[in-house]
Amino acid sequence: MPETAPRIRQGAGNVGSIGAPLTRREGPLKVTGRALFAADTLPPGLLHAALCTARIARGRVTGLDVAAAERHPGVVAVMTPDNAPTLAKDPDAKDGPFTFRLDLLQNASVRYANQPIAVVIAETLEAATEGARLLAPRYETETPRIGLDAEAPFTPPGIGIGQPPDEGHGDVEAGLADAAARIEAVYETPAQYHNAMEPHAAVAEWDGDRLTLHTPSQGLTAAVGRLAGLFGIPPKNIRIESPYLGGGFGSKGAISGPQVLACMAARLVGRPVKLVARRENMYGPMGHRAETRQTLRLGADADGKLTALDHHTLTASSRFDDFFEPAGGVSHTLYATPNLSVRHRGVRVDTGTPLFMRAPGEATGSAALESAIDEMAIACGMDPLEFRLVNYAEVEPISGRPFSSKALRACYAQGAARFGWEKRPLQPRQMRDADGLLVGWGVGTATFPALMFEAEARAELRADGTGTVVIGAQDMGQGAWTALAQIAADGLGIDIAQLTVEMGSSTQPSGGIAGGSAHTATAGGAVHAAAQAVIAELAQIATTDSASPLYGAGNAGVIARAGRLIRRDDESRSESVGEILARAGRDRITGTGKASADPAAQKSYAMHAHGAVFAEVKVDPDLGQIRVSRLVGAFAAGRVINPRLVQSQYFGGMIWGLSFALHEHAALDPRTGRFLNDNLGEYHVPVNADTPAMEAILVHEDDPHVNALGVKGVGEIGITGTAGAIANAVWHATGVRVRELPITLDRLLG
Amino acid sequence: MNLFAYTRAASIAEAVTAAAEPGAAYLAAGTNLLDLMKGGIATPSRLVDITRLPGLDAVEPQPDGSTRIGALVRNSDLARNAHVAKTYPMVAEALLAGASAQLRNAATTAGNLLQRTRCAYFYDPASPCNKREPGAGCQAIGGATRIHAVLGWSEHCIATHPSDLCVPLAALGAQVEIAEAGGRRTVPIGDFHRLPSDHPERETVLEPGALVTAVILPPEAAAFSGHARYLKVRDRTSYAFATVSAAAALTLENGRIGAARLALGGVALKPWRVAEAEDALTGATPDAEAFSKAAAALVAGAKPSGPENAFKIELARRTVVRALTLAQAGTPARMPALPASPFSHAAGALHA
Repeated sequence: MPETAPRIRQGAGNVGSIGAPLTRREGPLKVTGRALFAADTLPPGLLHAALCTARIARGRVTGLDVAAAERHPGVVAVMTPDNAPTLAKDPDAKDGPFTFRLDLLQNASVRYANQPIAVVIAETLEAATEGARLLAPRYETETPRIGLDAEAPFTPPGIGIGQPPDEGHGDVEAGLADAAARIEAVYETPAQYHNAMEPHAAVAEWDGDRLTLHTPSQGLTAAVGRLAGLFGIPPKNIRIESPYLGGGFGSKGAISGPQVLACMAARLVGRPVKLVARRENMYGPMGHRAETRQTLRLGADADGKLTALDHHTLTASSRFDDFFEPAGGVSHTLYATPNLSVRHRGVRVDTGTPLFMRAPGEATGSAALESAIDEMAIACGMDPLEFRLVNYAEVEPISGRPFSSKALRACYAQGAARFGWEKRPLQPRQMRDADGLLVGWGVGTATFPALMFEAEARAELRADGTGTVVIGAQDMGQGAWTALAQIAADGLGIDIAQLTVEMGSSTQPSGGIAGGSAHTATAGGAVHAAAQAVIAELAQIATTDSASPLYGAGNAGVIARAGRLIRRDDESRSESVGEILARAGRDRITGTGKASADPAAQKSYAMHAHGAVFAEVKVDPDLGQIRVSRLVGAFAAGRVINPRLVQSQYFGGMIWGLSFALHEHAALDPRTGRFLNDNLGEYHVPVNADTPAMEAILVHEDDPHVNALGVKGVGEIGITGTAGAIANAVWHATGVRVRELPITLDRLLG
Repeated sequence: MNLFAYTRAASIAEAVTAAAEPGAAYLAAGTNLLDLMKGGIATPSRLVDITRLPGLDAVEPQPDGSTRIGALVRNSDLARNAHVAKTYPMVAEALLAGASAQLRNAATTAGNLLQRTRCAYFYDPASPCNKREPGAGCQAIGGATRIHAVLGWSEHCIATHPSDLCVPLAALGAQVEIAEAGGRRTVPIGDFHRLPSDHPERETVLEPGALVTAVILPPEAAAFSGHARYLKVRDRTSYAFATVSAAAALTLENGRIGAARLALGGVALKPWRVAEAEDALTGATPDAEAFSKAAAALVAGAKPSGPENAFKIELARRTVVRALTLAQAGTPARMPALPASPFSHAAGALHA
């Protein structure tokens, strides 16, 4: 067991069951520096690699001063298209919707700024970095296409991962014509970059045709598959270790080009190589959220009921691959309307390929839709919360399917009560604080689909009452080390202090993807199933053993708790795991389990988490500076495994939303396509002083249909609703409707 | 970064000699220089480390009522120096509004004066920049210019100076003490930074090898301690450069303004101070009309260097009026929780 793949077994005493607000099990390792992240891996003979990246956005590299780099003391090798190891598969080949084209030095072409065009490998990081600078690339430059007006829009074949670009029902034009009130508004959201605190780091080492790679990954199985294809080796020859991620946000979902380049560099020099992306290296080859321009047309009758909703999105993908931000998806699910049209159009620009980022689609779409709903409510003279209740969707609007569960009304009610929404004046610019700052209140509805991927797990229960669960799942800060342990401890019927979790390695059963807010449902489902298999076998032994007090109870007649099997109908009759196994001559029982979506349930039900976010902002009336002073979110997402971690996820999501509304914006020079703020100083995300008093209410929701555990995702829903709520609150404070995000002070100077 | 020679200077004279060599640069905290070197924007052939030079890390009140601030005094130490906080409160407020706590713990007084612009094109080695390469051209012109200058810019450079500290220093008429081969001299801070004109590459009056050894606040600067504020308007509540900032200080005598000091930050390649603006306040009743007049005088002649920064002219006016209004109300007894922020008065909390 390598040092970086810890077996975490520590508990907080005698509690451990699902629902307990446990602190992170790996917390002590992290705060004492013993949790080793990928870049902390230092195998003997390690070399360091640095990327040389393109300073143009379109064209080709015509020259590199390789000799100058090679002359620099400490430089071991310069990897360029001329000498890069031959790959077994063209990195531009597409063999599935989740396979994205990579830039692996396959040729001299440049298709976006910051594209890797060479890798310098050296004895020290400093030497590699200077070697990369000394390459001083020469280019043949073409004029880049940047921005949504770069070319005429087209209808993409699919949006997101293969979803249809156009969906809807009824006749939107007729619905608009019939409306008593209408609005039409265009909202713009900028390109955004993930900026996880931990950059993509890779330490690669080859032993013949066997590869060991330490790198953060949100999806180990897919990463192994991609590497196996590229290097032409069997998946079993690849071991990826990813016990901890310093944030992912989607950027570590598919393996990125620079991570593969580290493997190629290690193969080229025959020594282990470490490549840690510099912050600016993360603006280009690691995916991003593309800009959108969303046109919303809404109509409502005299009672405020929507007669039509038309949600048109224009977004951008790269010139060489397809990922179109599915912004309109939120309009599929949120508000009831007889006439619904959701359309997506695309353009191609000279940037890296956009990818999954923090609620891809839902975040952008929600920011626009929730503002538009606010504008429609105003046009109807209605309170924005009341308007949302009038248009409450009892069934999923796009499909007509019933919801597997939907406690959104309770979210609205509990959030509004906590926030004090009833005191909100209808008109804008009515409230000031004691210091004369403008105060505004806004609301937004949160929604995120309850997804489910595929995962497997292995569990073991030993005669001494201890247990182990093994799954190649990923903790990127959300708390998988802890939540999965709670599920496993309950499943095996032991105290969490008796449970060891092994996680984060591709050698373990596939944990699926830590993405789509589906990891607890998926990996947790597999862990639950594996534990159930163990308990079923143990129960089989006990209930068929005439010496056991459980004899004759039948498998279903016993429950596992506190290291014992207990008769369901008579809790006075029980036996410890040790006693059962001792008579059977066994020292342990192992079991495996799987989890995947239930197609029948998915066909019958629409499955989404919901929530309501209430925001208070303060705006300086003269200077325009904005500060969010209060956020209250109320969310219903099925069963809560760990309320402390779930609340933390909601807080994080709401801060993403604040960031979306007021801060994040990747600036590119439209003439060159180069970044102007590819650093954490100038690419703003909220700092502590921007982060207000926050509350997250965990609204009770039982869902018997969504999955075996009854859990929905909590990781991304917080960003939805929040950006719109803040934009709406800015309007309420100032009377100014800013439809171009982020909202900055210059827009509010009047 | 490039290979470079490293010299740890034992004396000021040794430092000045070593740094006079072409390609040499002084290294103090390196909070700006090392970033520039990592990005290949600065490639000095020799670093002259001055952090061990004796006698440059003290704040010393002088018998004549002036205060001498050593070049190596850290931003955090300067902000928390009791004499400075009491006598020049807007200096402390500006410091605490700048950068982050970690950077303030490292960054030095002279380094703050000598920090480079935050113009993104300056930081992009692939963009032509007259600062980096005289005569190359200015890629910022016609580009993304929201943060760029509205005063004092030229067709060769539209960058701004990003310092917070320099703004109150300029308002208070600080002197910059310089050691050079010929001895020592002092230069008013207003003359220390140069506007871009035809030579944006010449950012200060320092000749090669010249070393800033101290910043001196003159005796008369102490008179403003009761009515002095720094106000910083920005896109994020902390850890962001000023969109526009203002330092405003008054003396009030019998309901009228005795003397006024005023400077703007974030609008030009140096802190912007105009005598007419201060003269307009002298003897005036401190009211909105007087403040507006002074603000108008301060931004007289402003013009956008790009369509995206036109708003900064009006914002600068309003920032000056607000800063004067805050100064008139009096220096807070204790540093607010959010120094220099428009929201500083909202929470009622104090700076820890």
